[in-house]
Amino acid sequence: MTMQGSTMQGWLRSDGRKGIRNTVVVAYLVECAHHVAREIAIPFREHDVHVIGFPGCYPNAYAERMMERLCTHPNVGAVLLISLGCESFNKYALERVVRESGRPVKTIVIQATGGTRKSMDEGRAFVAEQRALLDAAPTVPMDPSELVIGTVCGGSDGTSGISGNPAAGRAFDMFVAEGAACIFEETGELIGCEHIMAARAVTPELGAILEQSVAKAARYYATLGYGSFAAGNAEGGLTTIEEKSMGAYAKSGASPISGLIKPGDVPPHGGLYLLDVVPDGEVRFGFPNINDNAEIAELIACGSHAVLFVTGRGSVVGSAISPVVKICANPETYRRMEDDMDVDAGRIIEGKASLDAVGREIHDLVVGLGQGGRTKSEELAHQEFVLGYKSFEPIGPACLPV
Amino acid sequence: MPLPDHEPLQQLGGQPSDGGERSDARLLLLSEADNVLVARSRIRAGEAVAVEGTTVTLAADLPLGHKLARRPIRAGEKIVKYGAPIGTATKAIAAGAPVHVHNVKSDYTPTYHLMDAAGGKEGRA
Repeated sequence: MTMQGSTMQGWLRSDGRKGIRNTVVVAYLVECAHHVAREIAIPFREHDVHVIGFPGCYPNAYAERMMERLCTHPNVGAVLLISLGCESFNKYALERVVRESGRPVKTIVIQATGGTRKSMDEGRAFVAEQRALLDAAPTVPMDPSELVIGTVCGGSDGTSGISGNPAAGRAFDMFVAEGAACIFEETGELIGCEHIMAARAVTPELGAILEQSVAKAARYYATLGYGSFAAGNAEGGLTTIEEKSMGAYAKSGASPISGLIKPGDVPPHGGLYLLDVVPDGEVRFGFPNINDNAEIAELIACGSHAVLFVTGRGSVVGSAISPVVKICANPETYRRMEDDMDVDAGRIIEGKASLDAVGREIHDLVVGLGQGGRTKSEELAHQEFVLGYKSFEPIGPACLPV
Repeated sequence: MPLPDHEPLQQLGGQPSDGGERSDARLLLLSEADNVLVARSRIRAGEAVAVEGTTVTLAADLPLGHKLARRPIRAGEKIVKYGAPIGTATKAIAAGAPVHVHNVKSDYTPTYHLMDAAGGKEGRA
């Protein structure tokens, strides 16, 4: 990928945000409509048509908000909703929100349309029409300060906290200095770091809120009996959740922390934000995030144009809607899985590159995504998506002090 | 309180990094306060490595990213990495011995691990 200065090209949306992709989203509103949605998208799967959806038949305010935010994400240009017909999801409200955002939207109700085949034909006709319109849509100049960038780590091992995560942190520091909004997350993987993190908050009140969010995560996971820690983490040399946390925390870089947000909250301006992904209230609906893609979907619902994914063991995932930049922390894994990895951060461990150099490489790669560049996972058509049940209280004023 | 993950890591890139003045160059010291060293590449069983000036022969492979004790650690003592506590020793650990789920426990939630990926035994530390 070659750099052409830092000016990107984006698609301007009615709320003033700009997208670095112009994707058609096909969204199923219950698992029973998933197959039809997938079949509609398959012929277009390499032409920026992505499937997202919510599998549950019973209503959930968190899931409805997530779907609204995702369907009006700046990387999305048009939306097709696929309903079976009898599910509880409020398709009318979702369609209205998308229409009010100025995006073309259509709802296909499978039961009313006459079944699978008719719904597929009608859906594909809509997608083909929208794809042609979006391909002809003009772009506008976009500055890196307009970016929202998320970061997540998955398949972590003993290298993640030494190379990939601190390099992602350096890239975050560069973006925050340029005025972009950067989001780090998984309070369950900040257990043990809460005090040093709180010291970086822009106000003492926010610092207390950051500490409370980690205490909530520790309580939540203690009730479930397991930390946010998979068997492969231990095989990769990580011994405890605290050790994994110290490594994961390095992704946040060294900037002051401007706020705490929850899934679907868009950062009000540039700065560094902690995304609290652990539900509020008593433990219900199971694990906060059943896998990495649930976290990626939440970062995207907060407006992330791209997500930095640091892996040691070697995750291969991408995502619907926003590009996922895979940063491989482990040099042995990189050599084995190079086709899936955008950045070889293992060079830091081998003494071949500095943290700053790899941080700069990550920064420039993200800017390049707005200049025609695509990630490895995009080229491989990775478009993973998962969304489950959760419950949250809205954030209070002390969460966003400035 | 300083950020223990940044100060030592800045010394890493592009510079000769080693396990401190008196340890093998294949071992990484992340913070002066640490009582563990991290393998920068796999070190094979039977190899001799210097740990704080003492030569230790590894009883088993130490894979990339795994830890060994920088000095003798008492049962009940905190394990310190990145300059921060990452758990508590459950038994005495000799200098140069591997430090992992068999001799460390979390101070927060137990660690779920498969004892042997091939055998599939489960355990919690």
